[in-house]
Amino acid sequence: MSLVKVIIDNIEVEVESGTTILNAARKIGGSVVPPAMCYYTKLEGSGGYCRSCLVKVAQGSAKDPRPMPKLVPSCRTTVQDGMVVQNITSPEVMDNRRAITEFLLLNHPLDCPVCDQAGECHLQDLSYVHGLEETRTTEERRTFEPIDIGDKIKLNMNRCILCYRCVKVADQLTDQRVHGVLGRGDHSEISTYILKAIDNDFSGNMIDVCPVGALTDKTFRFKSRVWYTNPMDAHRECSKCGGKTVLWMKGDEVLRVTGRKDKYGELEEFICNDCRFEKKNPNEWIIEGPRKIERHSVISQNHYEKLLIEENNPKIKIEK
Amino acid sequence: MHALTNRSKMVSDKKMTFLEWIYLPAIAKGMFITIKHFFRKKTTINYPEETREFSKVYRGLHVLKRDDQGRERCTACGLCAVACPAEAITMVAAERKPGEENLYREEKYAEVYEINMLRCIFCGDCEEACPKEAIFLTDRLVPSDYERLPFIYGKDMLVEPLDPNMRIDVSARQTENLLKFKQNKQFAHNK
Repeated sequence: MSLVKVIIDNIEVEVESGTTILNAARKIGGSVVPPAMCYYTKLEGSGGYCRSCLVKVAQGSAKDPRPMPKLVPSCRTTVQDGMVVQNITSPEVMDNRRAITEFLLLNHPLDCPVCDQAGECHLQDLSYVHGLEETRTTEERRTFEPIDIGDKIKLNMNRCILCYRCVKVADQLTDQRVHGVLGRGDHSEISTYILKAIDNDFSGNMIDVCPVGALTDKTFRFKSRVWYTNPMDAHRECSKCGGKTVLWMKGDEVLRVTGRKDKYGELEEFICNDCRFEKKNPNEWIIEGPRKIERHSVISQNHYEKLLIEENNPKIKIEK
Repeated sequence: MHALTNRSKMVSDKKMTFLEWIYLPAIAKGMFITIKHFFRKKTTINYPEETREFSKVYRGLHVLKRDDQGRERCTACGLCAVACPAEAITMVAAERKPGEENLYREEKYAEVYEINMLRCIFCGDCEEACPKEAIFLTDRLVPSDYERLPFIYGKDMLVEPLDPNMRIDVSARQTENLLKFKQNKQFAHNK
């Protein structure tokens, strides 16, 4: 593999040829990383739907220095040697991102106070940075009744932004996919046709990959807000998956189990439904310690030292 | 040493004059100041028979508002509790069941909502944080007590009565922009 040089927001980085602009930006890290609502590293063919990662290519390559005529999706465009990319340094990109956010929110119910995803929602983050303060539309929003898409999975179609991540998870992780996107254009919706049709062992992962609150865990439904729970790294012997998870605890009660997500909100490992939905007893887990949460995240609100967690919850033993 | 103010007087042991020695002028002067206060307007009031005029935005006992159809506005989003600097607010959320649409505005509601009035510092951050215009501080006072337990106010003490005549008016606390926004019935928020 040959290395190519790209300049993203005046920062030069060397990446392997064939890397996408988004991944090159992630190699730099920090604020030059474009937001990604639909792209998911572990899912093949994801990306290209949400348009929130559009960037400007000011110089196509060293050989052909012409700029690309339109903004390009950074998750789908591969880098070329000598490419010059503008993300946050281009007012055009930022303006466009504001418009994309407005489009993504066109049919969104903005029910964050009710939604279980609030606090770890990518759309919330995106609109916090790029969203308008006021809604400019007064038209009726597309509405659906929330349904049970699986035994323990709630689908709230109103919140869906049609990123296709859950479809790709079902396609690539399991043998038989029973849900998909029905309809076209404004009428498209995630559905199974048959209620509670999804019963695959790894179906719970679609909750974790969902960037918004469209797919939520029914066992955690309205139990607590995310920022009142303590995320703890934990693992257990599991015959189906790696068993490495995060327990979201309140006191010595496990309210929710999820996979471990990296700083871009992507799962490090997919976990099975057994670990996710059935094991809600802290004794069934070996707790490694509090999960590192970014200091500015709302989840780190009111979280104290490891020692204090142990003191307050004598039943929890943290492995040193 | 430098004097910090110019009010200090140097102490001296000089001999008093006759007028000073008989003290009467000084006593008369002092009595004049004392008696002058008898004829001033009284600053104390006979609480609770009389009450003082409250500021329009006085921050007293909280109220959990209902909307114009009598449904509870609070959806237990937890933003008041996270904004609370004294950590006085706790809540437990529950899901609205079919048939309870006339009781609760949203599909989620607060089953338990408690404010510890001993911890509360009446800063008003909770009403600032509330996205549903559910919690407001009012000009009512929290009565005193001999025990600690009665200071934990549950929903029975906080939610305003269902009777339209008993509602607690908080319109003075709402900003002009908000009142203007509420005029527009096209927004889902106002329906």
